[in-house]
Amino acid sequence: MSIVEIIIRLIIAFGAVFTFVALNALFLVWLERKVSALIQQRLGPTEVGPAGLLQTLADAVKLMGKELITPTAVSRTVFFLAPIIAFLPAPLLVAAIPIAKGVGVSDLNVGALYILAISNIALLGILMAGWSSNNKYSLLGAMRAVAQNISYEIPMLLSLLAIILMAGSMKFSDIVKAQETVPFVLLQPVAFIIYFICSIAESNRTPFDIPEAESELVAGYHTEFTGMRFALFFLAEYTQVFVLSAIVTLLFLGGWNGPLLPPAVWFFLKTYLVIFVVMWLRWTYPRLRSDQLMNFNWKMLLPAAILNLLISSVIYRGGFPG
Amino acid sequence: MITVKVLKTVELSAWQKTYYPELWKGMVVTSRHFFVNLARFAGRAVGMKTKRPIVTIQYPEERRPISPRWRARHRLMQRPDGSPRCVACMMCETACPDKCIYITAGESLDGRIEKYPVAFEIDLLRCCFCGLCVEACPEDAIRMDTGYVEFGGYSRGEYYMDREFLLKDLGMEDKGRTTHAQYRGELDGVVVTRVDLLAQAKHH
Repeated sequence: MSIVEIIIRLIIAFGAVFTFVALNALFLVWLERKVSALIQQRLGPTEVGPAGLLQTLADAVKLMGKELITPTAVSRTVFFLAPIIAFLPAPLLVAAIPIAKGVGVSDLNVGALYILAISNIALLGILMAGWSSNNKYSLLGAMRAVAQNISYEIPMLLSLLAIILMAGSMKFSDIVKAQETVPFVLLQPVAFIIYFICSIAESNRTPFDIPEAESELVAGYHTEFTGMRFALFFLAEYTQVFVLSAIVTLLFLGGWNGPLLPPAVWFFLKTYLVIFVVMWLRWTYPRLRSDQLMNFNWKMLLPAAILNLLISSVIYRGGFPG
Repeated sequence: MITVKVLKTVELSAWQKTYYPELWKGMVVTSRHFFVNLARFAGRAVGMKTKRPIVTIQYPEERRPISPRWRARHRLMQRPDGSPRCVACMMCETACPDKCIYITAGESLDGRIEKYPVAFEIDLLRCCFCGLCVEACPEDAIRMDTGYVEFGGYSRGEYYMDREFLLKDLGMEDKGRTTHAQYRGELDGVVVTRVDLLAQAKHH
């Protein structure tokens, strides 16, 4: 590859990823509002565009027009950097997700590891936001977010290991290829449930949304942020929801495998179905208490994940290196 | 006699203690709401006669019908020739607990009636919408049946209704279609002369 080709590829990849991140967030915010509205017997957005589809766009324009307020007591540099660092992993994660065989920005041979490693950078952004805000609610929210995400990372990793064990690869296209006949959700139901619960916790959504529990913490770590800085946190959150659902699709639901329809369509269909279930959960369950959350993780999910890994390694890789 | 009622706490079974059945029940409830509403919306979109999906009334476009007896903004009734039915008897002004009606009586030009209101003004900001003026009127000249219930405005002057404004024929059929914005401009041009009857009474 010549330099010129590399540059052109980079530009195209950048454009594609950022466009996708923005469009996805616009759509997901609308979907979230509509799903919650129908569940709660309301109408949701109806005014801007057909069925309120452009409402999020209008909100985005509004947020761009707002003043960026920096409170006097904040630590300026960290406060400035926090939303950027929180948003940074979102496009990086999207870039590592293949949509179909050979379609996507990149299909790394350590894809699963890369996703786990990169998604934790967002946590640094959240901690910076909470710490620099000089506000007890922000700090508490950030502390909870960090404690929760680090704890839930462990069973998540262990259930992911079970899948890597099955597929014999960390590359997403290999994992999807291994599911051509049977999706892993049928072979690894426990790992699926654990991974799904953990990914909801990772994206800080209800019932695991104690970092921004509005009834006790105002808005958690983004209390002090306004305008586009706040929008960046929001964008990061919705991209993370997409990424985690996409990974659930790739690892457990057979990725882009499916009859009749083209692979990319299957991929998006499955991913948005998972996202819908995540939203459905959000509007069904109340928030967990901080200690319940930790108990659930350390006393239920972690032992279950370890047992699952142990049993599946005996069953699928029993004794003989395959 | 004191009776003691012993309430037994319900022991949950091990299965129930996992919360698993209740978690599913919760999901079923919310999904029923979601899918029933979605199906009704979809049915309506294709033109099927389904039950109304969601009872929200889309307010500015859609209005809840109000009772004909609803006490809304006042209006003055007209005679067939367009002159006010009011004979300036001051009954409504006397009945008004808020003292928000200001009538200036004048001698009628034709001999059939004795007096007519030279000025008939209502300060809507003082009005408590009790309807006593309507009950007091012997001529059925003042009514509160305009169906006009949206009292938004930018200045106090907009709430000071003079005779010409009150005489505008806004019957029941116009209800909901008349908005304040429609008349704001017209009202702005009107010079309202407030008749301070209390001060006049003291003066005499």
